[in-house]
Amino acid sequence: MRNTTVDRKHRTHILTHWFSRSNRDRLLSVLSPMLLLVLWEISARANWIDTRFFPAPTEVFRAAGVMVKTGELWTNLSVSLVRIGIGFVLGAVPGILIGLAMGLFGTVRAIIQPLVDGTFPIPKIAILPLIMMIFGIGEESKYVVIAVAVIYLVLINTAAGVRNIEQIYLDVGKNYHAGKLMMFTDVAFPGALPMIVTGLKLGMGVALLVIVAAEFVGARSGIGYLIWSSWETFQVEHMYVGLLVSALLGFASAILLNILEYVIIPWKRR
Amino acid sequence: MSDSKPSARETAAFAGLVKADLRPDAPAATKIGVRGLRKRFAVKGRPVDALAGIDLDIRTGEFFCVVGPSGCGKTTLLRILAGLDTQTAGDIRVSRDQPVQASNPQTSAERPLNAMIFQEQSIFPWMNVRDNVAFGLKARGIPRNERYRIVEPYVRKVGLEGFADALPHQLSGGMKQRVSIARAFANDPEILLMDEPFAALDEQTKLILQTELIRIWEETRKTVVYVTHSIDEAIVLSDRIMVMSARPGRIKEIIDVADVFARPRLVETVKSSPQYGEVFGRVWALLRDEVVGRPEQLLSHVR
Repeated sequence: MRNTTVDRKHRTHILTHWFSRSNRDRLLSVLSPMLLLVLWEISARANWIDTRFFPAPTEVFRAAGVMVKTGELWTNLSVSLVRIGIGFVLGAVPGILIGLAMGLFGTVRAIIQPLVDGTFPIPKIAILPLIMMIFGIGEESKYVVIAVAVIYLVLINTAAGVRNIEQIYLDVGKNYHAGKLMMFTDVAFPGALPMIVTGLKLGMGVALLVIVAAEFVGARSGIGYLIWSSWETFQVEHMYVGLLVSALLGFASAILLNILEYVIIPWKRR
Repeated sequence: MSDSKPSARETAAFAGLVKADLRPDAPAATKIGVRGLRKRFAVKGRPVDALAGIDLDIRTGEFFCVVGPSGCGKTTLLRILAGLDTQTAGDIRVSRDQPVQASNPQTSAERPLNAMIFQEQSIFPWMNVRDNVAFGLKARGIPRNERYRIVEPYVRKVGLEGFADALPHQLSGGMKQRVSIARAFANDPEILLMDEPFAALDEQTKLILQTELIRIWEETRKTVVYVTHSIDEAIVLSDRIMVMSARPGRIKEIIDVADVFARPRLVETVKSSPQYGEVFGRVWALLRDEVVGRPEQLLSHVR
């Protein structure tokens, strides 16, 4: 008698757990995009929607398969990856160094801050013509426009990270007579790391935005070029492949930066 | 409340202290001599006196406690002694210990004058326990292997063996404070400055750490200046208790308890002795005037 009561209770518990809000929500989150794809596929095949604008997902995947085989996809993707990689490093490294210096030294801040405040509001893509004028229409201008986009976000966040280090850590450094270099390497830099990584993440988001836009107008290759030229030649499936790949690119870079964060900031792990 | 001269009470307290020093069995040397120390802050443009003339002699190797109502300037006094704040007026003279002969001239970086142990979480979250404890040694330019060797017994002494590679977020509040204590002791300062180090801990942890602090201190006999708002903690730990008045901070009285509670001490022995209640009553009587007599003290919390 007693046992059955317990069993029933236990079973109820399992059931409620299985259909607990979080699990149900997770299931729904997987189902909703799949349902959309299925609806899209059905609508396209039944000609309920204009397949010139919305080709069936299977058509897009088939086009992607062909582009992988011919190497067209990889060529464009690798070109964009190199541009993002070089441009990102060109922007992030000086961004971190200048940001640290601004956070630590009032003089540097007084000099740089107005320049940052004055030029930050300019949409980065708006200076692409200027950059192409200076650096030509080759690869350099792509690196530079990405670097410019990245440096602001990294610099601003790094400086804020140093400024927001808790006073107590600076007091400890002072009390133990840590030298300038040690304050930099052992207190300011690690203290600002969480904000630096936040800056890198934001910078990466903007880098993806900027590279696609730059490749629309000023390139003969890259994911942005793929999307743009597919539109011009009305190869809509290829355009969708470009969109798919740029989405995956954003996804992959976010995962990479999250891994980086997890590894280098173990004290902020949750 | 004029700024110019110490009050009669301060002078009296100071005279009493000098007289006490003349006792034949008194420990002779003065470690920290404070004369006419004042600190004035600007709060919203208005000057506020945190310390109004402190004259004080802290003896070499004594455990000196400072108690006072909130905002009486006791933390300010400690931060000035630590070199983290500067006084508005007055002198602090510290007599240096004899320079210790270093066996290895490479590592003979000068012994630091003081190390502060803070109330709040002050160990670096990005360093493991070993590197945190070794921070002061690194600042003195002692090479890595050497400083790890020096640090090891201190990590053990505060009961953190096996945690040397742990990061602070893996430790409890009490363990973090142990790291902080080990960091201070490992740097072998002449003076230890402690600012309510156990105030944020639960009662049991506090009792355990007080017991261990007494034990470590009785081994090393460093000069300690210990700020607390807990009368009970002051009695248990200290040789002398300085009671401060509410803002502006002045010395109300210095009570000698070194002879009342013999060392080596046990927290429970001190607390169960008849003299404990007597000393507690005396300190509380002095403090009560300051807290009850000035209700605004219950509201203000300016360091």
